[in-house]
Amino acid sequence: MTNEEMNVIIGLEVHCQLNTSSKLFCACSADFRGDAPNTHTCPVCLGLPGTLPVLNKRAIEYALKVAKAFNCVVLEKSEFCRKNYFYPDLVKAYQITMGDNPLAVGGYVEIEDDAGNPKIINLTRIHVEEDPGRLVHMGNREYGHYTLVDYNRSGIPLIEMVTEPELSSPKEARRFLNKLRAMLEYLDVFDPEKEGAIRVDANISIKGHERVEIKNISSYKGVEKALIFEITRQKNLINRGGTIVRETRHFQEGKGTTISARSKETATDYRYFPEPDLPIICVADWIKDIISPELPDARRDRFMQQYGITANHAKTLTGDLKLAEFYETIADVGAAITASWTADILIGELNYRDMSLGIVAPHASEFKDLVTLIRDKKITDKAGIEVLRVWLDNLRTGTKMEKPTKIVERLNLARESGEHLRGIVEQILASNPQAIIDHKTRKKGALNFIVGQVVKETRGKFDPREIHAMIAEFVGK
Amino acid sequence: MVSENDVLHIAKLADIGIAMSELGEFTEQFNAILGYFNILDNLTTDGDFDCPLVNVFREDKVGIPLSQKKALANSHNPENGYIRAPRVI
Amino acid sequence: MSDAYNAFLSDIEIPSSAAGPLAGIRVAVKDNISTKNIPTTCASKMLLGYIPPYDAHAVELLKAAGATIAGKTNMDEFGMGTTTENSAFGPTLNPRDTTRVTGGSSGGSAAVVAAGIVRMALGSDTGGSIRCPASYCGIVGLKPTYGRVSRYGLIAYANSFEQIGPMAANVTDVARLFSVIAGGDHRDSTSVDKPYDFTELHASVEGKIIGIPKEYFGEGIDTNIAKIIETSIDKFEELGAVTLEVSLPSLQYALSAYYITCTCEASSNLGRFDGVRYGPKPEMTNLWHDAYTKIRETGFGPEVRRRILLGTFALSTGYYGKYYVKAQHAKQLIRHDFRRVLTDCDLLAGPTMPGIAPKIGELVDDPLRMYQTDILTIPANIAGIPAISLPCGTFHGMPVGLQLMGKIFGEEVLLNAALAFEEMT
Repeated sequence: MTNEEMNVIIGLEVHCQLNTSSKLFCACSADFRGDAPNTHTCPVCLGLPGTLPVLNKRAIEYALKVAKAFNCVVLEKSEFCRKNYFYPDLVKAYQITMGDNPLAVGGYVEIEDDAGNPKIINLTRIHVEEDPGRLVHMGNREYGHYTLVDYNRSGIPLIEMVTEPELSSPKEARRFLNKLRAMLEYLDVFDPEKEGAIRVDANISIKGHERVEIKNISSYKGVEKALIFEITRQKNLINRGGTIVRETRHFQEGKGTTISARSKETATDYRYFPEPDLPIICVADWIKDIISPELPDARRDRFMQQYGITANHAKTLTGDLKLAEFYETIADVGAAITASWTADILIGELNYRDMSLGIVAPHASEFKDLVTLIRDKKITDKAGIEVLRVWLDNLRTGTKMEKPTKIVERLNLARESGEHLRGIVEQILASNPQAIIDHKTRKKGALNFIVGQVVKETRGKFDPREIHAMIAEFVGK
Repeated sequence: MVSENDVLHIAKLADIGIAMSELGEFTEQFNAILGYFNILDNLTTDGDFDCPLVNVFREDKVGIPLSQKKALANSHNPENGYIRAPRVI
Repeated sequence: MSDAYNAFLSDIEIPSSAAGPLAGIRVAVKDNISTKNIPTTCASKMLLGYIPPYDAHAVELLKAAGATIAGKTNMDEFGMGTTTENSAFGPTLNPRDTTRVTGGSSGGSAAVVAAGIVRMALGSDTGGSIRCPASYCGIVGLKPTYGRVSRYGLIAYANSFEQIGPMAANVTDVARLFSVIAGGDHRDSTSVDKPYDFTELHASVEGKIIGIPKEYFGEGIDTNIAKIIETSIDKFEELGAVTLEVSLPSLQYALSAYYITCTCEASSNLGRFDGVRYGPKPEMTNLWHDAYTKIRETGFGPEVRRRILLGTFALSTGYYGKYYVKAQHAKQLIRHDFRRVLTDCDLLAGPTMPGIAPKIGELVDDPLRMYQTDILTIPANIAGIPAISLPCGTFHGMPVGLQLMGKIFGEEVLLNAALAFEEMT
């Protein structure tokens, strides 16, 4: 069987931290990142004997917002359960989660398949559960290994969303996660900027073979990598006549590989039973009072209609809430030029620098000034990119707070035109006689070389079209 | 009937050590107790469960946590604010 | 041993200067109830050295009411037992006859009250743990309606059954202590805000209908005990109550439903004792599972390990449906049965225990027989109803307890009837 004939089947379990103020079952602050270990704990989230959980209402409200946005059916009766297993990060030796009666079942979301056609991915369920603490592995072979534990994360609310096994490729899985991430961000229940705020378990199989679970992929970028590795591993094994065994594997982020978890862990029997310390919840009728915000698809359609921008620009700009908001605050400069400078150029330059929009967003008005300069032909596109790069580098390093207008001034990039150009063109032509000969013998692109030389000499301050016209004056069309 | 092997399997699942000297007695007691529980085998109900309480919540308000010192007070040899545990890898 | 009966595990006193209904009164607290800055061990080696940084809700209320916390009392380890012999620190001796057990699991609390060392004590009752030792030691003990007293700070054994409750030498003191600890608490999601007003206490049972469940006088009940109870019940008629024989056929399932549910919950509750955040130090350089297994083997006594194993088994794949699910159905049947008879009756009456306090060592090697002595107390925990044990006579010189059970949140009627009975005898 060739690789192409092997159908890949992927299902995801996605855990997202809800951005409530306090933890799921106690009043400790959920905003713990950057703080010293074990400074956001109390008897409840340390699991001290005798303590009891009390459910954070907002966590349920947030989960219901998600359920509504994904078209799920909220159950009449939902019930928390105990999932029993023993690990030092799990203070009570059970995780309070949901079992047979989750918050919501069903639901779906539309993504694009690898051919760009719309595809529905169905959800199995959505439930609410608590996050365990965080382990740090210490020691060495000589003096022995041990573990250090920080319980600041213990009890942070999570929603777990489970898909049907309907994803057919790692790229599709990534698109699903991007969509999910964007929707949760639009719903204002989740902060994607927080490290480890989204974690994924993936079930993956080749049609006709056993499935393998990859646990705890802690970045959504890691998911595609883990899946690609695992598919290759499984296909190679099948091609060599091997058998896929049903097992749990761990993704090693650094190496980009998966390794088999010990059989002891996979043999775990979680012994679920209803949590006797928490009454059941009946919130199905709350759903009608939840007002969903405009979601990515709706905003994309509105952008196309309201701003008349291309479908691709609209999709990119609405794929991230902060980007969409950023665009809307500056779109009055000109919808099309702003869309292009945001979706095509700014995003590219940010990705190149591994910067997030979050750093730029507070300075939207400066970016707006830059686009305005370009729109008004005060600087050329080329100069615009140069200014953008300087501006972003400054923001990234935080060394200099220089507005684009100042950068234009300092680097003397204001667009020029007219007689000054004539002299430069004359000079460049004089020192490149061969180019003129080439041009006259109809050698294609000969003048482009001259244009490039002039742009370089003028540091992009002249419009390339004007340069073309000027050269044509000298050498003919 | 559960066998001594079953009891050992459960002990492993429960992560409870059982001394071999206790195994026979534990198994015997286990069988006596489980035998008694068989009375429930013939039980049927309509499954109509009453639940006196529903929807008990707290508001999403932040309270005062334990100080790090208090959080660590009952643990052994904490290190830089972390709690120490046996190795997991 | 800090006292003649091995009743105290810690005798650290915490006086309160608050003026309140318990001002100047010394109250002992069972050692499974969390006390800030005072060791709380559940009579287990597993909690040696643990000093809680917080008070249980009931303890906060005691302090606010002016009570002096008189120390922490012995018990069966984690509440698992009917004699207080399962304490890691040795059995408590019955002040009425020191060759006999106090009953359990709140044996230490019963003993310190019976011996007159303190006036009142807090116990906890999961399947009779307040009423059994009250009966064996000749004092009064109340298991409140499930939810009427906050469980916050009560170290969990079987969450769906247990309640903290008052123990004292007489009904009035039980009612007084109950009025302090009853009421809602936002930290216990299963608590209900139903305070008890002590000024409402008055001896009264006239016109009440008292149901006598025939199952409470059946097989396994000492006929001498049954006779004493029947005589006592007659006294209620003299006080103007009407008695009515009733039947609760589902009680045949009670013991199984109770022990399955409580071992399942216990197997989960007791997983957290790993020595990491509190408790004895595990071997840090061992692999986690090895260190954890070891600490549980050495930290827990045999009865605790037996119940963890039973519960683990009953929840495991393939058995959950046969045991846990069936037990919940049985629980439901029993609740329906009680609701039915408590529609016709105001109270139910019967013995608290099938016999008098056994000799120390008599039952320790036969767990099933030990479990069976709980047969008359367990139903109230399953039904969630309040139940009280009152001294009503002696047999072989040992106290016998009369048990009265009431409607959900019917402690007022229950305590008034109990007071009427007490005043008459």
